[in-house]
Amino acid sequence: MSSKAILQRSWRATCRSPRMGAPKPTYAPRRWSGSISQRPGSDRVLFPGAVNSKFTTDMSFLKASDLPAIPTYRVIDSDGELVDNSRAPPDVSDEEVLTWYKNMLSVSIMDVVMFEAQRQGRLSFYMVSAGEEGIAVASAAALTPDDVVFAQYREAGVFQQRGYTLKNFMGQLFANCNDTGKGRNMPVHYGQNYPRIHTISSPLATQIPHAAGAAYALKMQDLQNPNRERRIVACYFGEGAASEGDFHAALNIAATRSCPVVFVCRNNGFAISTPTLEQYRGDGIASRGVGYGIDTIRVDGNDVFAVNEAMKEARRLALTDGGRPVLIEAMSYRVSHHSTSDDSFAYRARVEVEDWKRRDNPIIRLRKWLENKGLWNDELEQETRDSMRKAVLKEFSEAEREKKPPLREAFADVYEELTEEAQAQMKELKRILETYPDEYDLRPYKDGVKGLD
Amino acid sequence: MSLPRSTRRLVPRVTNRCYSSAPSPRAKLNLPVDYKTTPILHHTPSSLSNVSEFPAGATSKKLNYFQAINSALRTALTKSDKVMLFGEDVAFGGVFRCSMDLQTEFGSERVFNTPLTEQGIAGFAIGAAAEGMKPVAEIQFADYVYPAFDQIVNEAAKFRYREGGTGINVGGLVIRMPCGAVGHGALYHSQSPEALFAHVPGVRVVMPRSPAQAKGLLLSSIFNHNDPVIFMEPKILYRAAVEHVPNEYYTIPLSKAEVIKPGKDLTIISYGQPLYLCSSAISAIEKTMKGVSIELIDLRTIYPWDRQTVIDSVRKTGRAVVVHESMINYGVGAEVAATLQEGAFLRLEAPVKRVAGWSTHTGLSYEQFILPDVARIYDAVKQTLEY
Repeated sequence: MSSKAILQRSWRATCRSPRMGAPKPTYAPRRWSGSISQRPGSDRVLFPGAVNSKFTTDMSFLKASDLPAIPTYRVIDSDGELVDNSRAPPDVSDEEVLTWYKNMLSVSIMDVVMFEAQRQGRLSFYMVSAGEEGIAVASAAALTPDDVVFAQYREAGVFQQRGYTLKNFMGQLFANCNDTGKGRNMPVHYGQNYPRIHTISSPLATQIPHAAGAAYALKMQDLQNPNRERRIVACYFGEGAASEGDFHAALNIAATRSCPVVFVCRNNGFAISTPTLEQYRGDGIASRGVGYGIDTIRVDGNDVFAVNEAMKEARRLALTDGGRPVLIEAMSYRVSHHSTSDDSFAYRARVEVEDWKRRDNPIIRLRKWLENKGLWNDELEQETRDSMRKAVLKEFSEAEREKKPPLREAFADVYEELTEEAQAQMKELKRILETYPDEYDLRPYKDGVKGLD
Repeated sequence: MSLPRSTRRLVPRVTNRCYSSAPSPRAKLNLPVDYKTTPILHHTPSSLSNVSEFPAGATSKKLNYFQAINSALRTALTKSDKVMLFGEDVAFGGVFRCSMDLQTEFGSERVFNTPLTEQGIAGFAIGAAAEGMKPVAEIQFADYVYPAFDQIVNEAAKFRYREGGTGINVGGLVIRMPCGAVGHGALYHSQSPEALFAHVPGVRVVMPRSPAQAKGLLLSSIFNHNDPVIFMEPKILYRAAVEHVPNEYYTIPLSKAEVIKPGKDLTIISYGQPLYLCSSAISAIEKTMKGVSIELIDLRTIYPWDRQTVIDSVRKTGRAVVVHESMINYGVGAEVAATLQEGAFLRLEAPVKRVAGWSTHTGLSYEQFILPDVARIYDAVKQTLEY
């Protein structure tokens, strides 16, 4: 190689940014306008990456173990009594609290029936939310119908609270004609257009950056149309999902773009079989929020009032100063197995689970509170449970008998319009079904083989 | 580009590209592409008006590829409040200058930097699109799209399908990414992962070859097709390819190939930068083999692709060569060749030949030996014609 060529090349190399290819701008970029310079004799560092950090001559590492654990906010105790008698009682009408109670109860009754249905082979899969009904219902109660929700999969209570009907639940679980998901998703992957709860997808944590982007979209739309009521996004996930890279990406981007989003982490102690000690070594999920510059609170997830109050305040905070993210870590215990495909007694003691079931759970705690106030009693409990179970079983058997969507739904909605390729494949599938009619059972599908037309 | 005066004396003016791998001084085929004369580009406004897809009687301006992208983005941001633009280093104009001046014109709410996280950028864009915006997200290099692979494959591509009856979708989403080799990009500034995305139902994959095409296809991706689009820009063309580009709003439909040059003896199917190499190879072959004429087709959209135009052409010519930069194994050429043996079996007079990158990585010093060049395309055409 000639020295001239080497020169040319090294010159080119110096003209490139580390991620090469970038020509130098011909003018000073505007981002320099707020530039920071170190003043002589200053007592603090003015590096651009940490603008208010004081100098110290004490060489000491900040030890996570030295910091006190973030406290857990609670309003009522496990006997259903107000913990702090100096404060006013929760600002919720009796009527509303009764609705919460019934919604939690309804979800838990549906859970028992559907878990059993799966065990009998009548349903391919199911996941219960036992122990976490309170987080879902009480947080959703703080939202307006225009707010948007992204969930993980253990938030049936959010759907229940936001108007999802038993027919909707059963339609989705049996993947029949009434399923908004058109029979495409596994059970418990519910979705609703309004009040909007995006259809659940199985990949964990992917919905967290969606929530940040959706919140940014709402913020821009509300800026462009100042007459409309401002909206937030609520995003749910478990403590296991918070280990995914998407959690990190989402919280960081939500903070830097000031997105009106409330992240709700359900910390229930387990991600399938993995206990939190193998999930993280910091102070739960809440301690991370602060690192991203996000206002954060930890609440008792078995206390509906604590969850509801925190969510209301988080919603208000999320809409202040043009928008900002907020993180709520709601502590609870996953009373149930992870799913119908899991036997949790393979990795935890039955006695521990029984203990949690008996000692504290959100439904019993609220029931005690209602009974203390004279709003509930054994008779009402029995009556309500019976009628709910009946309603679930009725929808269950109707949903089981309902036809599945027509076969064309297997191909539709991949793109907005069917591609020429998809049309050809549908035609080919139809030919196969007609040539080998004994090989396929088309009876469950609406319109049979004609469903491909 | 300003250089210190002292350096300027030492550095002679560079006329030809001088990359880590350079062609032989005796080369007759592997000459640098002369973008000033290639028939692939519209060097005068008159040739522009011959193409039906461009607006009739349009005023035009000579722009290079990055300026055309910039013009498309400016047009899009003007046309709709829903359009927003973000990614790494987008605010100051982008490392390739594609978003130059757009933040000043449209404000930091609509044109902004994100933290350095590709999965975050893609996920954020999906969320914004799901609420009705038209986010144009930038991945700085296609080589760095893999952290966002889960978001693109499992989320963006499947969003409409799994939402089903709710009708919610992310159709407004476009993810732009510079791709392809530049001569010295080595392993992580050279890749073209289009085949990976073409295996994913639910996303559209587009790679324009020229400035005018880039503008029309980008505007079409943003406004005319309600599906998520992976928009790949061969970065070697950013400054090199200059042509007349209509000033106003116009769109070029996706999933429609373009016959760049008609011919009767063989069809070359390609897309992106290699089209320029194909064009050079065609002039060489047509010069040496008198009477032979080669048809050149630009796929423009990799998936869902225009199978009919390609099949019709090969039914007519009976011979086909597919050319692309990315690796041959399981590449776009495999899909095209398989489709042709099914759709034009009785008319094929020779096996469909694929000229593509070898199944290795783009080692810095070896680029010219790994990627398709004029000699390899010339040879493949010759062999196919003489089969």
